[in-house]
Amino acid sequence: MPDLTTWILIAVAVLLIGVYLSWTAGRLDRLHARIDAAKAALDAQLLRRASIAQELATAGLLDPAASIVLYQAAHDARQAEEDQREVAESELSQALRAVFDESAQVDAVRAAPGGEDAAVELAGAVRRVPMARRFHNDAVRAARALRRHRTVRWLRLAGYAPFPLAFEMDDEPPPALADRGNGAPQ
Amino acid sequence: MRIGIVCPYSWDVPGGVQFHIRDLAQHLIRLGHEVSVLAPSDDETPLPPYVVSAGRAVPVPYNGSVARLNFGFLSAARVRRWVHDGRFDVLHIHEPATPSLALLTCWAAQGPIVATFHTSNPRSRAMIAAYPILQPALEKISARIAVSEYARRTLVEHLGGDAVVIPNGVDVDFFAGAEPKAEWQGGTIGFIGRIDEPRKGLPVLMKALPRILEERPGTRLLVAGRGDEKEAVESLPVRMRGQVEFLGMISDEDKARMLRSVDLYVAPNTGGESFGIILVEAMSSGAPVLASDLDAFAQVLDGGEAGELFANEDADALADAAVQLLGDPERREQLRAYGSRHVRRFDWSTVGADVLAVYETVADGAASVAPDERIGLRARLGFARD
Repeated sequence: MPDLTTWILIAVAVLLIGVYLSWTAGRLDRLHARIDAAKAALDAQLLRRASIAQELATAGLLDPAASIVLYQAAHDARQAEEDQREVAESELSQALRAVFDESAQVDAVRAAPGGEDAAVELAGAVRRVPMARRFHNDAVRAARALRRHRTVRWLRLAGYAPFPLAFEMDDEPPPALADRGNGAPQ
Repeated sequence: MRIGIVCPYSWDVPGGVQFHIRDLAQHLIRLGHEVSVLAPSDDETPLPPYVVSAGRAVPVPYNGSVARLNFGFLSAARVRRWVHDGRFDVLHIHEPATPSLALLTCWAAQGPIVATFHTSNPRSRAMIAAYPILQPALEKISARIAVSEYARRTLVEHLGGDAVVIPNGVDVDFFAGAEPKAEWQGGTIGFIGRIDEPRKGLPVLMKALPRILEERPGTRLLVAGRGDEKEAVESLPVRMRGQVEFLGMISDEDKARMLRSVDLYVAPNTGGESFGIILVEAMSSGAPVLASDLDAFAQVLDGGEAGELFANEDADALADAAVQLLGDPERREQLRAYGSRHVRRFDWSTVGADVLAVYETVADGAASVAPDERIGLRARLGFARD
């Protein structure tokens, strides 16, 4: 029969383990909340980019071929199912790069009535998408690192939250829009 | 937007991070945002209206030098009060990976937190040991900013994850509009930095100077910065010492005027730079730049397009490049023109817009910043009555 000191030590150890587990579960919970917020922000930025692209495509500022390419890509990006989204958004990035390959095209858009605002909005959108995506994937990485811990896996501290996945896409902005060395207003 | 910024280092000590935070805060205030900066400072030091003191920083030996840090119960209480009273939409902390006020804030607050990593220090032993303690605090950061691609790389290697690159800002027009000073013109080379800090590279420049003066007689070197002037010229032959002019510590206005006046700005730094704001300031003033080929410098200079690079710590290479540049006004004019176009990306109008874009990305739809209510032991175990 163990004496009283041993019982106290065991009780303290159990208490400490309990606090540690509860604290770790709290950490995970916060990380999942962060992923949700980052995911919503990324979603908002992607939608913004697609709407501006679609607006530009239908505004008659671009030549017909460019308009069709851009419209199709923007439309597909907005309509894409969740598992097709990374591909569709990457294709929109490629379409934007193809259409705004030269700064002359950007200048032409700017020169049109109301085009200045559209160009600024598009430049902002193509800049913010990579930002939001990095923040999202950074949160995903932190959560995955914690979820890989043995304690978390064995005791199922993550509950039923799905294993977080990074959002992988080509988000390279068109150089003519991203170049900030030419005094382009942002 | 209500923005809370945390400065990790004493407000009364001049330094790159402090200047960056001051300029950022003033820029954001000009745009109409409400900004409060929490910074360590003596309670007697006069502070601008937007700065709140977090108490005096205590000097502690850390990582091979003396760091002035805030920690302990009192600082933590002040941080919590500031976070609570500020009701910020977003919290922007600087240098969170050092044991500083920034880390303390990260630990004590919750909500949208943005963090800027300025330095690209090699990983220290203390950091490795503290990693499990740091990690939970760093996990709260919703968005990370690195000041250069180089700083981002170190960050990714040491802490994992990712960051967006937003360079440090400069008020380009302030430098571009400064009035040149006649006595600093006519075959002058400029150097700005601590004289007694070998990493700023003055010794390399002093080693190269005799060759430069031989091939381009009449050239003068202007040195602005703190340190022992006698010791600095010791390696020079006595007859050449007159060609070096020490200006001591100079004001921002004089710095701009000096950069506007010189024919060549030399940055011979040998390491420890993660950005190179001085190069941007020199380019803004229209000074042709010759810099050592540190990663961070090469990046600011657009891989050598916006300014010339020489092999780090190689005094001969520095002398060659300087002599050639001083004798080639056309090339200098070319660098001037390229430089003044290139620096627009570092202007506060661009950098500030990017920082605000980050704030908006993390703050959109998120709850505002609040003190992190630590759940008590009893509540954790389900014994709390409320």
